[in-house]
Amino acid sequence: MSKKSKKLTTGVAALVAPASHAAIVPVRDRHLRFNERWNYSPAPEVHTDIKIRPRYDLFIGGKFVKPSSGKYFPSINPATEKQHAEIAQGTAADVDKAVKAARRAYEKTWGKMPGRERGKYLFRIARLLQEKMRDLAVIESLDGGKTIRESRNIDLPLVAAHFFYHAGWADKLDYAFPGRKPQPLGVAGQIIPWNFPLLMAAWKLAPALACGNTCVLKPAETTSVTAMHLAEILAEADLPEGVVNIVTGFGDTGAAIVNHPDIDKLAFTGSTEVGKIIAKSVAGTRKKLTLELGGKAANIICEDAPIDQAIEGIIQGIYFNQGHVCCAGSRLFVQESIVEPVIRRLRNRLSTLRVGDPLDKNTDIGAINSREQLGKIREMVESGKKEGAELFQPQCKLPSKGFFFAPSFFTGVTDSHRIAQEEIFGPVLSVMTFRTPEEALERANNTPYGLSAGVWTDKGSKVFKLATKLRAGVIWAETYNKFDPASPFGGYKESGFGREGGKQGLLSYLKLG
Amino acid sequence: MTRQSSSFGRVDQIMVEERAATFTKRSIKAESKMEGLRLAFSMLDLTTLEGRDTPGKVMTLCHKAMHPAPERYGVGPVAAVCVYPNLVPAAKAFLRGSSVKVAAVATYFPSGQSSLKTKLEDTRVALKAGADEIDMVIDRAAFLRGEYAKVHDEIAAVKQLCGDVHLKVILETGELVTYDNVRAASMIAMQAGGDFIKTSTGKVSPAATLPVTLVMLDAIREFFFATGIRIGMKPAGGIRTAKQALHYMVMVNETLGDDWLTPDMFRLGASTLANDILLQIAKGVDGRYQSGDYFSLP
Repeated sequence: MSKKSKKLTTGVAALVAPASHAAIVPVRDRHLRFNERWNYSPAPEVHTDIKIRPRYDLFIGGKFVKPSSGKYFPSINPATEKQHAEIAQGTAADVDKAVKAARRAYEKTWGKMPGRERGKYLFRIARLLQEKMRDLAVIESLDGGKTIRESRNIDLPLVAAHFFYHAGWADKLDYAFPGRKPQPLGVAGQIIPWNFPLLMAAWKLAPALACGNTCVLKPAETTSVTAMHLAEILAEADLPEGVVNIVTGFGDTGAAIVNHPDIDKLAFTGSTEVGKIIAKSVAGTRKKLTLELGGKAANIICEDAPIDQAIEGIIQGIYFNQGHVCCAGSRLFVQESIVEPVIRRLRNRLSTLRVGDPLDKNTDIGAINSREQLGKIREMVESGKKEGAELFQPQCKLPSKGFFFAPSFFTGVTDSHRIAQEEIFGPVLSVMTFRTPEEALERANNTPYGLSAGVWTDKGSKVFKLATKLRAGVIWAETYNKFDPASPFGGYKESGFGREGGKQGLLSYLKLG
Repeated sequence: MTRQSSSFGRVDQIMVEERAATFTKRSIKAESKMEGLRLAFSMLDLTTLEGRDTPGKVMTLCHKAMHPAPERYGVGPVAAVCVYPNLVPAAKAFLRGSSVKVAAVATYFPSGQSSLKTKLEDTRVALKAGADEIDMVIDRAAFLRGEYAKVHDEIAAVKQLCGDVHLKVILETGELVTYDNVRAASMIAMQAGGDFIKTSTGKVSPAATLPVTLVMLDAIREFFFATGIRIGMKPAGGIRTAKQALHYMVMVNETLGDDWLTPDMFRLGASTLANDILLQIAKGVDGRYQSGDYFSLP
């Protein structure tokens, strides 16, 4: 055996330059450079054919009606800060009308309709959504700031998939719960957030309708436009009037839904703070409640993980949708022995992320949803710096107008830093290290939240060991932020209760006789 | 000596394929498209590797390599032509005075199923004829049996013979089956002194794919940070359209970056690709598509 072959015995750890090689770059100059030699020209999605209407009314009893207040509030494009529409400001009186319409529809048509008939409506809605996918994706990006890449490839296909999936359940509920008699609950009040406007509407409406309930839905005030386009689709699908009612507005509109006495079921997705208020208001009433709240998920990278792919998982975990994701992998736990290569790769990878115009097909990170949210992110990042953590941001030019924040990560973070404890809801990652998987587990669980977690290791046994002990509703192994209508989603602890999606998700909208 | 390939680092199949697919989603338009295509063209290894190759065929190829298209298209010569060893003298003669290099496949290409002595002799013939670059094949049979030292030592022996002549090491990834194996073979080839690592001979299907190339680019990056040596990359075989070529360009751009976006560090091994790139460039310049009849066959 030759001398040379001995170099192989310890694998990558022992990589050394072959003696024959002339051009060895000294350690201090070992950097990768990006975006200088060849850059991409702008590739905006052409959308001159897509019109956002100047004004959107409420959708009550199958009709578009003006708000009783007569008031409208502006909806702006967060990438340009320009107003592009006015949204009706719904009041308690409008909510009352909507609940009455929903009750009537529940009693007269929808609640009595056989499941196979309800299923037909849901299939029709799903197909219409597919047909109008491109338009809806563009509007979603214009209104909410998310990249067209994601709204087109992720949000909209999932929206349609949720309707298709639940359409299939509508006539099979008896088989989902053998020996029981599943019955709808009645009128569902549903309040959704701004991070996945249409997708959250689909998560709420599709199972409720499949189970025979009628709905009063309130979209978030910064992202109401696509919900109203969904209303048009529902009308086009001939959904009986009053089965779905959409009331736009602010927090007080949501409160009117929460406190309305004729609501049978409340479903809320949003912040833990508001979730707690809702839980208090509902206490002592007959209303059934499900909450899907905040998170501070741990993404655990073990030393035996496929590191290059784990990097992609970290990126998907925290920079997906500008970090506006309740299940974002915002706490990264890296095993001690691989910290240096992981940090190095993260830096390089962040340098290739393209931040800017959400409508550009090559944009990876779009606009922050609102000025208010941008302020929150900045405040949290300041606190991280103040508490002594080290911030990394790639050099990238942010547009001069609009709400943008460069993808960032902190090193030198401990469990007691605010950035390691509180939800930032932005493209900001906290990197921490661990020595043993047991330690990672203990620290991953050391949070008031419990929505999701990620595990990266090449050892199957370790995946199962960690996954069974992580107290979180969704655990991804060797991937992150993957969603499917058949897979139940929901949290532990302050991340809420109840599940959405899958057979378990149906239970949130049924009573079992 | 046998060892597990996993000690060279691991690759997750699903995630690497998912990541590779993202490079195909970039929208390369307008100026960046023309730039990318011109750059890709300058990285071509124009290849003919057939039993029926003659000096006449090689002359055609060499002329195309030097003068690919009318001047107004602004397309320079390709990086190299790639031929069998006994056609190296012909290629060298035709290319005299040009920047186009002559690459020769050697080491009992494409199977590598012979003795080291024969492989070295094959290489010697090519070198003697004046080849600027050697494209060798690894011993896949030895690799798959876990005899990594044998694979390593053969590459090292060929490199020793080559001296300053650039050595490209063909892994023949289509025969290595797993991404873990591709990563391990990449590490061995770089460690043993290869200047380039190359996916395929073009004689085995599948040849180059985006995920396989990504695994190799990731290995190159790791080797660079560990040793300070920049190893080149050459996907070869199966890249037939300008669009595919741009996918590879995007991948290099977003993984290894600027320092690898040159013909010294990145090559595309292909034969029919050249004319599709020219067709697209001509469309960019003239504003309309032309028939294939307007471009000379390579």
